[in-house]
Amino acid sequence: MTTRLFGEPVPRREDPRLLTGRGRYLDDLGAGALEAAFVRSPHAHARILDIDVSAAIEVEGLVAIYTWEDLPEEVGAPLPLLIPHPALTHGRTARPLARDVVRHVGEPVVMVVARDRYLAEDACALIRVDYEPAEAVVGVETATRSARLVHDDVPGNVGAHLVQEVPSAAGLGAREAIDAAPHTLSFRLDIERSASMPLEGRGVYARWDADDRSLRIYSSTQTSTSVRMAVAARLGLPLTKVEVIAPDVGGGFGVKIVHPWPEEVLVPWAAMLLGREVKWTEDRREHFVSSAHERAQVQHVRVGFDDAGRVLGLDVTILHDHGAYTPYGIIVPIITATQLPGPYRIGAYRVEFSSVYTNTVQVTPYRGAGRPQAAFCMERTMDRIAAHLGLDRTAVREANFIQPDEFPYDQGLTFQDGRPLIYDSGDYPESLRMLKELIGWDSFGELRARAAAEGRRLGIGLGCYVEGTGVGPYEGGHVQITSDGRVHVSTGLTSQGQGHETAFAQIAAAELGVPLERVSVVTGDTRRFGYAVGTFASRAAVMSGNAIALACRRVREKALRIAADALEADPGDLEIVDGEVRVAGTPGVAVPLATVAVLANPLRYAFDAEAARATQFAGTPSPDRPPVAEGEEPGLEGRDYYSPVRSTFASGMHAAIVETDPLTAEIRVLRYAVVHDCGNLVNPMIVEGQIHGGVAQGVGGALYERMVYDEHGQLLNASFMDFLMPYVTEVPRIETAHLRTPSPLNPLGIKGAGEAGVIPVSAVIASAVEDAEGIRIDRMPISPSELFDLRRAAG
Amino acid sequence: MKPPPFEYHAPRSVAEAMEVLAAAGPEGKVLAGGQSLIPLLNMRLAAPGHLVDVNRLTGLDTVEVEPGGVRVGALARHARVERSAGAAAAQPLLRQALRLVAHPVIRNRGTVVGSLVHADPAAELPAVLALLGGSVRLARPGAVRDVPAAGFFTGPLESAAEPGELALSAFFPALGPRCGTAFHEVARRHGDYALAGVAALVRLDDGLRVTTARAVCVSAGPVPVVVDVTGHACADGWAAAARDVAKRVEPEDDIHASAAYRRHLTGVLAERALREAAASAAGDVGTRR
Ligand SMILES: Cc1cc2nc3c(=O)[nH]c(=O)nc-3n(C[C@H](O)[C@H](O)[C@H](O)COP(=O)(O)OP(=O)(O)OC[C@H]3O[C@@H](n4cnc5c(N)ncnc54)[C@H](O)[C@@H]3O)c2cc1C
Repeated sequence: MTTRLFGEPVPRREDPRLLTGRGRYLDDLGAGALEAAFVRSPHAHARILDIDVSAAIEVEGLVAIYTWEDLPEEVGAPLPLLIPHPALTHGRTARPLARDVVRHVGEPVVMVVARDRYLAEDACALIRVDYEPAEAVVGVETATRSARLVHDDVPGNVGAHLVQEVPSAAGLGAREAIDAAPHTLSFRLDIERSASMPLEGRGVYARWDADDRSLRIYSSTQTSTSVRMAVAARLGLPLTKVEVIAPDVGGGFGVKIVHPWPEEVLVPWAAMLLGREVKWTEDRREHFVSSAHERAQVQHVRVGFDDAGRVLGLDVTILHDHGAYTPYGIIVPIITATQLPGPYRIGAYRVEFSSVYTNTVQVTPYRGAGRPQAAFCMERTMDRIAAHLGLDRTAVREANFIQPDEFPYDQGLTFQDGRPLIYDSGDYPESLRMLKELIGWDSFGELRARAAAEGRRLGIGLGCYVEGTGVGPYEGGHVQITSDGRVHVSTGLTSQGQGHETAFAQIAAAELGVPLERVSVVTGDTRRFGYAVGTFASRAAVMSGNAIALACRRVREKALRIAADALEADPGDLEIVDGEVRVAGTPGVAVPLATVAVLANPLRYAFDAEAARATQFAGTPSPDRPPVAEGEEPGLEGRDYYSPVRSTFASGMHAAIVETDPLTAEIRVLRYAVVHDCGNLVNPMIVEGQIHGGVAQGVGGALYERMVYDEHGQLLNASFMDFLMPYVTEVPRIETAHLRTPSPLNPLGIKGAGEAGVIPVSAVIASAVEDAEGIRIDRMPISPSELFDLRRAAG
Repeated sequence: MKPPPFEYHAPRSVAEAMEVLAAAGPEGKVLAGGQSLIPLLNMRLAAPGHLVDVNRLTGLDTVEVEPGGVRVGALARHARVERSAGAAAAQPLLRQALRLVAHPVIRNRGTVVGSLVHADPAAELPAVLALLGGSVRLARPGAVRDVPAAGFFTGPLESAAEPGELALSAFFPALGPRCGTAFHEVARRHGDYALAGVAALVRLDDGLRVTTARAVCVSAGPVPVVVDVTGHACADGWAAAARDVAKRVEPEDDIHASAAYRRHLTGVLAERALREAAASAAGDVGTRR
């Protein structure tokens, strides 16, 4: 029997199932269900004049066609603005089906339900929608300058405008501090769009039980509890009559935290109306044009610094492209604005952003959620300062680091959870020292020279970041030990491949002293746990991990109480080892947790031999006490919640060595090194996997991926043929090292790790390409064709 | 992304396939490996009324080394041709090119002949056929014709194969004595269609002087662009020959690369390919694989 627990690289228990095709993803369910397809807008901006479905009605197997006019008021109303903010003065969301105006290519206009998806698409192809096209607004700068409006009632296309300012210790504002600084620089940076792009798109499958008047929804979501509340409210159903289950989810990366999607409302509604099971599985083209994107920003930076490179003042103005709608509020630009200072003590900081509407797919968080842009800005700034002063790039960072004895460190900003942005722990100088050693920073000169002698061109770059993880408000855990000795753990947040079945089981096994094999974990199923927020913001391990640990501690206490009775011992003398409660130091005096579970649930009826031991004639210890003691509940189970005062701050530093081909301008990442600090590690193998996946997405964002919109708002590369996600052949081997500065904020001392890998990659690659080429890199991603152009422009 | 309705045919013999195709006329489409056609159907960019699946036909999954070259049957998959030692010995450019075609899983399904009929100007095999001066054998009931490469590629995604015709095989001439080949390309990602690519064929005489130097470029125009640079190569060397190749292509801007960059790449790759082909012809790079 193995008892491999907290902190060990336990292989992921879900992998054999997921890797051998036995996962149950949304489209694997509901084989007999009717299927939905949507007619989506081909225009970026247009008024709907008329919808003619007459030809489509003829399609054999057609069941229903719905336009906005067919929807009841609550169903057809604009979708919720999930995270309101006072600065979001002009928040706008779409309706599930467009009413009169479409604002991006891909916006749903008509819903078709048919016997299968083929027939549904055939019918879609026969529906004629008459549009009066309007001019499209594409690109943030066009949006702010042009007279064209995405929403008639949003002047200047600005949905939100927010300024945060942290004066210097001497009370200077950032602009004054910059003006007074010995050196100043100002420049502009550009980051293009990318997207979460999970391999499994979105999907919803609904079953209406007309007799029970209850609804079960399966959704490929990052938050089943919240989908449940949202859909119940829209459809006017009691919450207790709606169940939402996230089955295996083939990746989320942020896009599936948005809810309810139009389809999440419409599919259940149609299932109720038709009294039939209805399913919709998003296809890749739909995912490109009707889910969400992220990243695009234009940043104007002014910085003032001293001879050592210390930043005395930093002033950043951000134009954030929000696409057509703001269902997730302004979380992304808030994160950019507040995480921009990273591991540095900035003399005085001012940041201002405008969130701008354009006739493109809406922008909501994608892994990293505004931080890649923040790291790009801060780290490009650090490199500029180093270049200006002729200093080593690492020296400038060292000169600015917050020191280990300065924690907790208050950045003076308000974070995405509305709470003060206070770093809980970290050791940035040590992190950089480890990184330099890992990548061989100090000896790179020799490597570069040797390569140059062979006609090869190498460059090295680095990037640092701090990531607020584990945002509230809370998560919960429920732990039950059944009379077979098995431990059933459930938590409300969902899994999209992170390895929760393994990590949460490790936590429970460690807390309870039971073998890992006996622990099973269920996530994202409202039948098992109804209270949760969701899986995003690198929060699952911090939030549910700690909640499960706390719930386990309750169960453990109860087990010890009951066992103490049975063993006639003091609970304080007991320990749980290998699933047995023992009197410490007295071998042989023990009671298995299975028996404790039996004793915890006094029974009248014996349905098996185990149960017989808990029945009323099996010998009750004290006939004068109630079978269930006062203050106790039957059963060996416990529930608890973890709700932190504020986020915990993980950090990391990455470095890369790249080679650029002097002739073809191809860019190859030769080495990629990561030093990562997420406090205590539940499972280092899972953390490394998260980092690898994050870096892979980061490499995509740095060198391959972009959303190519033309001036009419048509997305020109809406397929995997032309939207270039890196293959495994494009992702370098990733070398990692861990630093551990446990979080003082939670019982397990952990910080989140889910987004870490992706955050600084564009900054790192830009730094390395710049180093190889001696050409300033201000815009990411960069392709060989663009590097070729930059070389020519540089002469 | 589901195809529009079509009638599906799965003939068991070449004769039956030709009959079905003839009956379907312009409404018919051959389905071979499906690696190009299925995406077109699913995106509803093609809507043939009849799909004629040739995968059950026997006798077409062949790679035959004939005295003058390699004949590849319509159902020979990329992977099969790539692995054929006989084909590689007779014409090394086949293997050199096939390694650059997509990824192993796609090569397990996609066919060489399908790639030729599909006639994508970014694809490697049409370029190879054009460079070597091979041919495609087309058949309809009662009529078989061999169309030489020079007349086979008529435009982007357009070939001389007419509605109702079934391509039976393709013929790739063997490499002559003192000849060498090479294929170089740059793609955004491993296995992607190339941004630019050049295959070269160089023939030397007994004194190791260049008697023929030809290059073919992919992603450089509506059809594979074959450039004879024998004169340049003899007079001014490989760098000048490569510059000439770069001048003769007509690449276009697209979302992945500018035309100027593609032209530049074509020059760089042409020089690499020509030099390697010449070295190979001279026996410098060891035995032919
Ligand atoms: C992701 C991806 C990447 C790829 N990358 C490359 C690449 O880098 N380079 C490259 O060259 N190719 C690439 N391909 C295409 C691949 O090589 C295809 O296999 C090839 O283009 C077509 O072969 P097929 O057998 O799949 O033909 P199909 O898709 O079945 O058919 C293609 C066309 O040819 C016609 N056709 C096929 N066989 C016959 C026949 N015997 N008679 C008459 N008509 C016929 C069909 O009617 C259809 O019009 C890629 C494909 C994919 C999916």
